Amino acid sequence: MLRRQLLHFGAFTIGGLPVSLVRAQGSAQKKMVVVMLRGAVDGLSVVAPYGEREYAASRPQIALPAPGTDDGLLKLNSLFGLHPSLAPLKRHWDGGQLAFVHASGSPDPTRSHFDAQDYLESGTPGRKSTPDGWMNRLLTALPGEPAPTRAISQGSTPPRIFAGTASVASLGIGPNAMQRRAIDDPQLQAGLAKLYASDAQLSGTLRETTEGRDEMARSMASGNEPRAMDPTADAGAPSARSFAADARRLGTLIRKDPHTQLAFTAVGGWDTHVNQGAARGQLANRLASLGEGLDALTVGLGDTYRDTVVVVVSEFGRTLRQNGNGGTDHGRGNVMWLLGGPIAGGQVLGDWPGLDTAALADGRDLAVATDFRQVLAPVLQRHLGLSETSLATVFPQAPQTWRYADKLMRA
Amino acid sequence: MNKHRRLMLHSAAALAGACLLARRGAAAAAVPASLSPDERALHALNRLGYGPRPADAAAIAEQGAEKWLDRFLTEQLEPRRLPQPAELTERLVGLDVLKLGQAELLGRYREAVKATREAKREQAKGETPSADALNAVREKVRPLVQQAATARLARGLQSAAQLEEVLTEFWFNHFNVYAGKNAVGVLVADYEQRAIRPFVLGRFRDMLGATARHPAMLIYLDNAQSVAPGYEPARAGRRFLEARPELKARVPKGLNENYARELMELHTLGVDGGYTQRDVTELARMLTGWGLDARKALIGGTGDLFAFEPRKHDGGTKTWLGQTVRGAGQAEGEHALDVLATHPATARHLARKFAQAFVADEPPASLVDKLAANFRATGGDLREFTRTLIRADEFWSRDAYQAKFKTPYQYLLSSLRALDMPLANPQPLLQALTQAGQPLYGAQTPDGYKTTAAAWRNPEALTQRVQLATTLGQRSGVSADRLGTTLGASVSEPTRRALVTEPAGQQVALLLASPDFMKR
Repeated sequence: MLRRQLLHFGAFTIGGLPVSLVRAQGSAQKKMVVVMLRGAVDGLSVVAPYGEREYAASRPQIALPAPGTDDGLLKLNSLFGLHPSLAPLKRHWDGGQLAFVHASGSPDPTRSHFDAQDYLESGTPGRKSTPDGWMNRLLTALPGEPAPTRAISQGSTPPRIFAGTASVASLGIGPNAMQRRAIDDPQLQAGLAKLYASDAQLSGTLRETTEGRDEMARSMASGNEPRAMDPTADAGAPSARSFAADARRLGTLIRKDPHTQLAFTAVGGWDTHVNQGAARGQLANRLASLGEGLDALTVGLGDTYRDTVVVVVSEFGRTLRQNGNGGTDHGRGNVMWLLGGPIAGGQVLGDWPGLDTAALADGRDLAVATDFRQVLAPVLQRHLGLSETSLATVFPQAPQTWRYADKLMRA
Repeated sequence: MNKHRRLMLHSAAALAGACLLARRGAAAAAVPASLSPDERALHALNRLGYGPRPADAAAIAEQGAEKWLDRFLTEQLEPRRLPQPAELTERLVGLDVLKLGQAELLGRYREAVKATREAKREQAKGETPSADALNAVREKVRPLVQQAATARLARGLQSAAQLEEVLTEFWFNHFNVYAGKNAVGVLVADYEQRAIRPFVLGRFRDMLGATARHPAMLIYLDNAQSVAPGYEPARAGRRFLEARPELKARVPKGLNENYARELMELHTLGVDGGYTQRDVTELARMLTGWGLDARKALIGGTGDLFAFEPRKHDGGTKTWLGQTVRGAGQAEGEHALDVLATHPATARHLARKFAQAFVADEPPASLVDKLAANFRATGGDLREFTRTLIRADEFWSRDAYQAKFKTPYQYLLSSLRALDMPLANPQPLLQALTQAGQPLYGAQTPDGYKTTAAAWRNPEALTQRVQLATTLGQRSGVSADRLGTTLGASVSEPTRRALVTEPAGQQVALLLASPDFMKR
């Protein structure tokens, strides 16, 4: 209850001015955006180990051609290449702002989408009883003052990763996400507040709603820049409802709201059991839209991109060998993507177990050599400034420090 | 002031509420442990249906809550005997999608895909194909999905068999298929009509079998394409492929474990049901050959599409859930369904999920035990399973009353029912569900939609519900008095008291957005 009150005061009453005005000139806030790919994206197609003989041999129809050939991979190094549909991200790699951690994932061996997503979002693999999500615990542990829009969840439903006691603002999907709605009417708000007074949960949600919407609307209206920040970016304008438009809106909101430090969004449709394709096809189309969207997110972030880390994760990887239908089934190790100014980009990090049958998990899947929490820990500590003790509240029983932790972030 | 008083007095619950009020006002602990007859009647309408309509409130007032409830519960367990409103029957008769067979439906899909593909080819050559051809998939497939959705909404709103409707929603969601995947959209109505509805008060094993054999499921979870390694099409098929070499890459070459995994994880045993990755692969082998009749599917036949194709079946010996299964063709899959349907883990998994959907997000263990025991004892008789729920003290307890946060679908249907609004144009309603994150037939993943508050209560949801409440409130022209009367005992006294001090123009919106109506 005290926390709620603090939140209320923090948001609106410093010196009678909206906090956004007071703090807009303050030191740059560190930010993190998590993009979750629900359905298990095929990491071996995102960052393909073309240098391994087993790669092409295990995937006669769906292996991507080596770099330098028609429709070939975009070369990252002598072992790995980036899916050609992700060309919009190549400039981030070349600019040293995009890194990958391969053969990463959860130590829990489940191949159930739903359990694996649950563990990824609770941050406690193998434990189902964890009531909250790790990003909500992070929000509580974050140094600095709370604010209604300190964390933003994009989408119409609440993700598990943000479940918990700390308030999270939500941003809808589509071009009307920022439109004025009935709930913005103060008279109706007052009536609702009265009705919800004896319902702790709904009154909490109502407060999150009104404060969050207020702050988001104010932030979006602030500044005198033209609506389209980068005039070239709209030339090939993505359709209004696409991921790119939503991602860009999220990026813009983060840039304009000095309080926002955490954001989460999810993209589905990666469960490619049938005809996933190679350089073209189902997965290629999905990745193209994702790559375009991540690039649009960075355009929206503008100069705050230098203070932002974007993490892209998926619940597990997919089988090394293609299945009977030119698709892949549920596997284990995947690749994590990290973008942003603070990232020491241009490298594929982590131990690489290789694709020899003896090295595969259960003789079939890329093994998990790096726990996803080992990769997130340095981002939380070095970028977001979490202490060792706070980190332990976000990831209780986390694995030991990652040996590449020093290499992930810029000094 | 006069108007405010009317709202209080006209409510069906005013008398019961007034008694409650006195006790509640003193201390919250003084609320009676057992539900009043009026509360029980509303609880039944909210949990075993999509909420009260004005006519229900009138019937309760006329017959008395206890008598009304006895009759309601008896009737709902025998839905076929209930007369349906003529308006609903007429609407359903007008929907093509309920009359076409599976092969015809799939034929429509394939024609549309072909027309679109050819139009795109023409376009690539610089020609200008007709817009109809270019958009054939959208124009021909979408109306069929929309008809399915219209049927579902119309039944939810108007059917006298409300329990059948909520059970259909539950079991469809349990055996979810996604209309956005390939041909599933044109088959989704048939799937609901033939694989789900007939069994919601029947036998679980029958529903399990019907979903396993339905082309919507076979396509959605890819089992139609799962074949024994080394499979070669028969001679006729090979000749066909020689003429259409572009299709050759699509000929399945081995196992696809998608369905086998979800069959155990979601449909039966549950994720903690004690199976391994090996069991998934072995079950996938047992189910090879369960697919679509290739001739009917490709050339355009009539009737049902399921076929077991021995050529695609892996006849080798399997080790599955600790037993040795020898090659026996289709019988292996049937055996697997028998084992899964009667497995204690299945009883437990279904009991918990059912209790969570109908009683509380964290259902009482005693209720889960009761349901699981009944499921085992009756061999999965879903009428008895449902009856066990309805007879359980836990279902009628004070803790369970108004304890479930409505899903967007439940919120929409109960609003329309409470306001007695006709289903004129389903399109904006379907859009509202999509916006709210619960598109009808649009759950992409096989786990369907969650039924818990944690999955639905957030600022975006509240924003949308308040928007819907405001819009419907204005459009319906229903007064707050009348709405208050319809909702009866499900609206608490504190809410009624808070409401009367609000401007008349926003009372209906506020009542629909009240905690009492957000929950059920």
